[in-house]
Amino acid sequence: MSTSRLLTQEFEYFAPHTLKEALDLLYKYKDEEVKILAGGTDLLVKMKTLDMKIDYLINLKEIPELKAVETNNQGLKIGATVPLSQLERREIIKEKYPALYEGIKSMAAIAIRNMATLPGNICNASPAGDTIPPLMVYEAQLRIVSKEGERLVPVEDFLRGVGETIIRKEELVSQVIIPAPPSNSGSAFSKKSRVKADIAKINLAIWLEREGKTCKDARIVLGSVFIKALRAKRAEGLLKGEMVSKELLTQVARQAAEEIKPIDDVRSTAEYRTTLARVMVEDTLKLAWERAGGELEG
Amino acid sequence: MKKTEIEFTLNGKKKKVEVKPSDLLINLIREELYLTGTKYACGIGECGACTVLLDGEPVLSCLTLAITVAGKEITTIEGLAQDEELHPLQRAFLEQGAVQCGFCTPGMILTATALLKEKPQATEEEIRDYMRGNLCRCTGYVQIIKAIKSCTTGGEN
Repeated sequence: MSTSRLLTQEFEYFAPHTLKEALDLLYKYKDEEVKILAGGTDLLVKMKTLDMKIDYLINLKEIPELKAVETNNQGLKIGATVPLSQLERREIIKEKYPALYEGIKSMAAIAIRNMATLPGNICNASPAGDTIPPLMVYEAQLRIVSKEGERLVPVEDFLRGVGETIIRKEELVSQVIIPAPPSNSGSAFSKKSRVKADIAKINLAIWLEREGKTCKDARIVLGSVFIKALRAKRAEGLLKGEMVSKELLTQVARQAAEEIKPIDDVRSTAEYRTTLARVMVEDTLKLAWERAGGELEG
Repeated sequence: MKKTEIEFTLNGKKKKVEVKPSDLLINLIREELYLTGTKYACGIGECGACTVLLDGEPVLSCLTLAITVAGKEITTIEGLAQDEELHPLQRAFLEQGAVQCGFCTPGMILTATALLKEKPQATEEEIRDYMRGNLCRCTGYVQIIKAIKSCTTGGEN
């Protein structure tokens, strides 16, 4: 029987002080049930509510290099155990990556955001993860490391389905790398949930690059509407290289709502999600376009 | 599973305790150290009743492994008053009638201390947003918001 009062699993615990030590442990125990602890806000809930076997737990929070945030002209590099609340307090995130800022602010409550991390939200691979659409529109990459080497994988390619990613058992995400968006671009995030702290019925992020009155490039990503965050590529195609007008944005939003594949679940119905998607995409397109310095006529 | 000795600071005092890797911070605080101000309610991070401060920041003690606080500083509701002198937020909660059954109060007050540290001039909207993870089933929040607002700089009501 599951209880939320205590953990019934007995496991061995490690708190390595270097990344190398952590990777050696992951490699050593790759055929056992090993879990990585960062924020713990998803892991501990799963340990309490699901019948989850766990032999070894590796806490990454004592590794100094994973706590760092590096910023330069090329963009941002965010260490794996940086809590979300530290990101929302950084001016650079608010100014240059507003969709990520808004996504983080929309999540749960301050105590959770003081614990939770970006890689945690990504690796948990919930279709409703609020940082995923923003990271995808900014073309963020994950630095995935193991004892044997490292690889960079775009967030978009990292996710496979509900709770499924391409990460191997001996690997961990050490850093989230977000390129600097060009100055004539704008982005925004939007989410609908029952109350503010809830999991999304639907969430989305939009990024637009402007050249005069034309939309040079566009990325539209919606969450909670498929088994993983979904890029509305045909909707993006309607925008790219086109003069932006209110009519066009309405058309793009309609297209995005047609592309999603929502289901009925405890939080919403497919029908409601489709209707919401159209309205939310349209509003968020307008906001992103304004933030890119664009004007809307008509 | 064998126990490990950890040392941490609880309400300003060094503590040495033996814990299993699976022990939760909330149970260590309540059942081993007998500080029962920290409350257990949902156990899954929805309600905020188990909030404590970890190095000054609100976290949920029901989702924190005790073993991970080795070397860190924990503050519970028992650590706010200075001797007989209540913390201004504790006094404000009493004065504004923000306490009914009292179960959510420790978590509310600890979250509010972090809010006031971060935003001493917090507006009502900012207070409501910051406190959104601390649920109260009695008061309807009005008095709680008032109590916190009364502790902001320049905000009587």
